[in-house]
Amino acid sequence: MLTVRGISRSFGDHKVLDEVSFDVRPGRMTGFLGANGSGKTTTMRIVLGVLAAHGGTVSWQGQEVTAQTRPDFGYMPEERGLYPKMKVRDQITWLARLHGVDRETAQRNTDALLHDLELTERAGDRLEELSLGNQQRVQIAAALVHEPAVLILDEPFSGLDPLAVETVLDVLRKRAAGGVPVLFSSHQLAIVERLCDDVVIISKGRVVANGSREELRARHAGSRYEIVVAEDAGWVRDVPGARILELDGPRAVFEAEPQQVLRAALDRGEVRSFTPVVPTLDEIFREVI
Amino acid sequence: MARASFSQATWLVAEREMKTLVTTKGFWIGFAFTIVGLFALTVLPTVFGGDDPKVAAVGSAVQVVQGKELDVREVGTVEEAADLVRADEVEAAIVPDGGGIKVLALNDAPSDVVSQLVQAPPVELLDASAVNSGQRFVTVLVFGLVFLMFGMGGAAIAQSTVTEKQTRIVEILVSTVPVRALLAGKILGHTILTLGQVVVLALAAPIALRVAGLGELLGVVAPALGWFIPFLMLGFVLISSMWAVAGALVSRQEDLGSTMGLVMIAVMGPYFGVQFFFENPVVLKWMSFVPFTAGVAMPVRLFAQQAQPWEAILSLGVLAATVVTILLVASRLYTGSLLQTGARVKLSKAWAPAE
Repeated sequence: MLTVRGISRSFGDHKVLDEVSFDVRPGRMTGFLGANGSGKTTTMRIVLGVLAAHGGTVSWQGQEVTAQTRPDFGYMPEERGLYPKMKVRDQITWLARLHGVDRETAQRNTDALLHDLELTERAGDRLEELSLGNQQRVQIAAALVHEPAVLILDEPFSGLDPLAVETVLDVLRKRAAGGVPVLFSSHQLAIVERLCDDVVIISKGRVVANGSREELRARHAGSRYEIVVAEDAGWVRDVPGARILELDGPRAVFEAEPQQVLRAALDRGEVRSFTPVVPTLDEIFREVI
Repeated sequence: MARASFSQATWLVAEREMKTLVTTKGFWIGFAFTIVGLFALTVLPTVFGGDDPKVAAVGSAVQVVQGKELDVREVGTVEEAADLVRADEVEAAIVPDGGGIKVLALNDAPSDVVSQLVQAPPVELLDASAVNSGQRFVTVLVFGLVFLMFGMGGAAIAQSTVTEKQTRIVEILVSTVPVRALLAGKILGHTILTLGQVVVLALAAPIALRVAGLGELLGVVAPALGWFIPFLMLGFVLISSMWAVAGALVSRQEDLGSTMGLVMIAVMGPYFGVQFFFENPVVLKWMSFVPFTAGVAMPVRLFAQQAQPWEAILSLGVLAATVVTILLVASRLYTGSLLQTGARVKLSKAWAPAE
């Protein structure tokens, strides 16, 4: 498990991170959400050791991470970058070897990854000859080729078309299933909603929500319900303590003690549906930041 | 967990630098240019310098010019001869003048023609050196130019560093291997490539000299060449580390010009210094111990047999010590500026300990 505890960082007088703490558990995809400038990238760079923290610790398997004990990270920086004039296969193999992987394993891993990412045909091309989407896939390969113990991906899905997102997702899920903790940031909430197991939401340098996706939703669900009846549902507002949030003919969304409303509805006639409203990540996100 | 050792990482970086550089056209064009230039410098003067000056001769003057090293054209009258001179078809006309002769030329006294017509007094050199000043001039020029070419070639290190910063692969690299391994790998890679080019040049130089009919100069050049190579290599490492810092201070290729100036002065200053002062033994002696100029000045002094081997070894020692110092300074500056993006990084900020 990768543990981040009380990380702070300032740039000049500007405090960018304030006591940031969260865990990235093995085998789980952890989504790291936040608005632009909320501190996502700074946090990731500190975890990677590219930037120094002004306080707090990063630990791996219970041991504080230092230059010597840093596990093998797979890193995809926010600002993409590989050598534009180097051939795709050469480049990925070289990066693997830089991580200490021997030549044969590096080549084998590279070929397998290029196959999984549907890039085999472009293996001999220079990076700059590829489309941006394909360059992005190469960047993913660069982060994975040395079989890292931890994956830290800054916006891995930005710039990918929906098909490419699926391809990349498959590759990442395979890693997570193999027990690798995966931390990825994104501002495409729909994607995060669909694929992450855990969520960390950061706002203005502070963690404002943190937990498994279901836990978070349940916590933020409140007492919101949706009812659909046969005729107009306007009577709900007369139920004591009920507050209507949306009303659309026979459909109403309200906050109240649910049983009381349900009983009143059954007294009046047919009830077609009655469900608690679970907030989407998008809604939680808006609520907490 | 598998992890590349410092030396493995350095070598991988060096290997990539070399592969990248040898696949660029610029590298081969530059190298070809150096070889061709070197041959031209030594061979061309003997090819073009060999022609006898063309002159026109009239009447009794014809006998005077016979047997001299002149390309003579006989004409009937002084007028005709003067016309040929005006038309620039001959360099001068030799015409009878009273009992003797007279030389007609356009606007310059043609010393090469005149020297053929007068009896030169015998010359005895009191301090006869094995090397004449012409040969020394060629050596200074060649050593200087080779140093200049390779020194400027080091700019590829600055470019490669900026490319890494500009494309941001530097973040991946820094999170993977120590920054010092990156710096060491770059310098090592480019030094090996330069050494390779120097070896080719060192093998080609004797051939150029033979072709030029300067075979006897070979015996004199060879020992100086032997000294020149270690000086060149150490000098290259010195300049390389400065190029690397110049690259690390900026974030975009376009800004490179602003930091390369100082390094260019460090490369070109010594070149011009030696070109201007090589005839002044005192200045040359000083320059042969100053690390930046030593690379050219000391081999030239050795070539001119003005310096003892111990002086060369001392100078190499000074150079090596400077290289170590500059490398340490450069490594700190490189580390301090590599991850700073945006505007040009101030040297003081690059030097400051990491926050």
